[in-house]
Amino acid sequence: MELVTPSIGLVFWTALAFIFLLLLLRKLAWKPILGAIHEREQSIDEALNKAELAKQEMARLTAQNQDLMQQARAERDEILKEAKTLKDSILNEAKKQAQIEGSKLIEKAKIEIENQKKVALAEVKDQVSTLSLEIAERVLRNQLDDKTKQEALVANLLKDVELN
Amino acid sequence: MDCNQVFVSKVKKVIFVFTLLIAFLSIRNNTFAQADSTIASPDSVVAESAHAVSGEHGAAEHGEEKFEPTKVIMEHIADSHVWHLWGHTSIPLPVILYTSGGLEVFSSAHFHHGEQDYQGKYNKYRLVTGLKQSMTKDMFNKNIKVVGADGQIDEAASDTVIDFSITKNVAAMFISILLIVIIFGSIAVSYKKRVGKAPKGLQSFLEPVIIFVRDDIAKPNIGHKYAKFMPYLLTIFFFILFNNLLGLFPVFPGSANVTGNIALTFVMATATMLVVNLNGNKYYWKHILTPDVPWWLYPIMIPVELIGIISKPFALMVRLFANITAGHIIVLSLISLIFIFKTLAIAPVSVAFVLFMDVLELLVAFLQAFIFTLLSALFIGMAVEEHH
Repeated sequence: MELVTPSIGLVFWTALAFIFLLLLLRKLAWKPILGAIHEREQSIDEALNKAELAKQEMARLTAQNQDLMQQARAERDEILKEAKTLKDSILNEAKKQAQIEGSKLIEKAKIEIENQKKVALAEVKDQVSTLSLEIAERVLRNQLDDKTKQEALVANLLKDVELN
Repeated sequence: MDCNQVFVSKVKKVIFVFTLLIAFLSIRNNTFAQADSTIASPDSVVAESAHAVSGEHGAAEHGEEKFEPTKVIMEHIADSHVWHLWGHTSIPLPVILYTSGGLEVFSSAHFHHGEQDYQGKYNKYRLVTGLKQSMTKDMFNKNIKVVGADGQIDEAASDTVIDFSITKNVAAMFISILLIVIIFGSIAVSYKKRVGKAPKGLQSFLEPVIIFVRDDIAKPNIGHKYAKFMPYLLTIFFFILFNNLLGLFPVFPGSANVTGNIALTFVMATATMLVVNLNGNKYYWKHILTPDVPWWLYPIMIPVELIGIISKPFALMVRLFANITAGHIIVLSLISLIFIFKTLAIAPVSVAFVLFMDVLELLVAFLQAFIFTLLSALFIGMAVEEHH
């Protein structure tokens, strides 16, 4: 029974000591300790948040850089492509021009050649006719020295004529 | 969200009922154990011509004294006016009596372990110890009695004397308080010195405990208003913990059964009851005074709820007291085995069991501090909870 009957002196001292301890610790210990822990936690949180923000900023910057690079690359490609097409077109144009010019020249040359040929032919024809006439004259003079031969020739000629 | 709330409150109720049950059982076991050992002890020692092996409280002084484990154990569990150190050495503690004549202060050394009466300013006093003590009418223990002119104890005069002595438990409590103040004071200083830096030394040893009380006891049970109750919760936690641990320590600064004394647990439980009810909001009181049941059940429900106000701290009181006392009783019983059997051969077994029990008690010391704080936080949380 002694165990479960609280003695008033102990109750009194415990209550007194406990209230004293509570008040003393609240002022002396818990306030600064909890305050410091809270503050530290807050500063850690803040630091972590800041780090997170910095990380995000970093990622953003990297992404931006990448973007810029990509853009620049694309632009370069564009420019190169444009230049290539331009070059191609110029080349084609030039080729075509050259072809046209060449064909024109060839045409002209051909005409010229034709003309020259005609002139030359005409000349050749003249000369050939003159020459043949002379030859014929000479031949005839030679042949027609003899009377029989003349007659034979005429007869021959006549034969040709008849055939025609 | 609603389901969760219902579930949590159910679990809380189950835990509460369960702990009450355990507390009740442990009390019953204690009383049975006491009864058993009182009956058994004369048998076990009766045949011996008794070379008293016990060094307890001058037992050897009287040479041929029977070893009575119940007496020894009860002397250890109970409060005392002297602090026994070893052999015949003990520290006398001051006796403070409030009598009808006035305050009476003297050293308990004058009693010579209850062998002599002391003539004070107003009365003659006698120290009555242990099981010899007669039951008093009032509910409070009295070890110091007034001796009448005829040399007999004057019960009527004794009832008017109130004992405010610094007993062993009070002294042990003061020591633990001193220790707590020194330790946490120094920690607070290092917090002020090392603002925003990582904890160091003792600070880093106790900071996790403080954060544990805050994050795992206060925050989940009380909610966002936890900050107001942190000083109270931390104080009860460390007060109980330090007293539990010092109680496990077998020599001078420890050895007192402070938290295993019903007076101390009574004060702690009363403190929790006051904190809970003084901070109860309108929902808490509405729940008690107009419970959510049909009106014709009010005659039953309101008394039940009002009893609940008392029964919760009552459970706290009994749980802590019973757990710590039971632990001390078991350890002392195991040690007593050596003296009951009067052989050293049993000592290794005894010591092995005591070692096991001590380790268990170490766990219990933390566990009980934790449970007391947790349940206090739970009750506070129930009282300050805002209903939606």
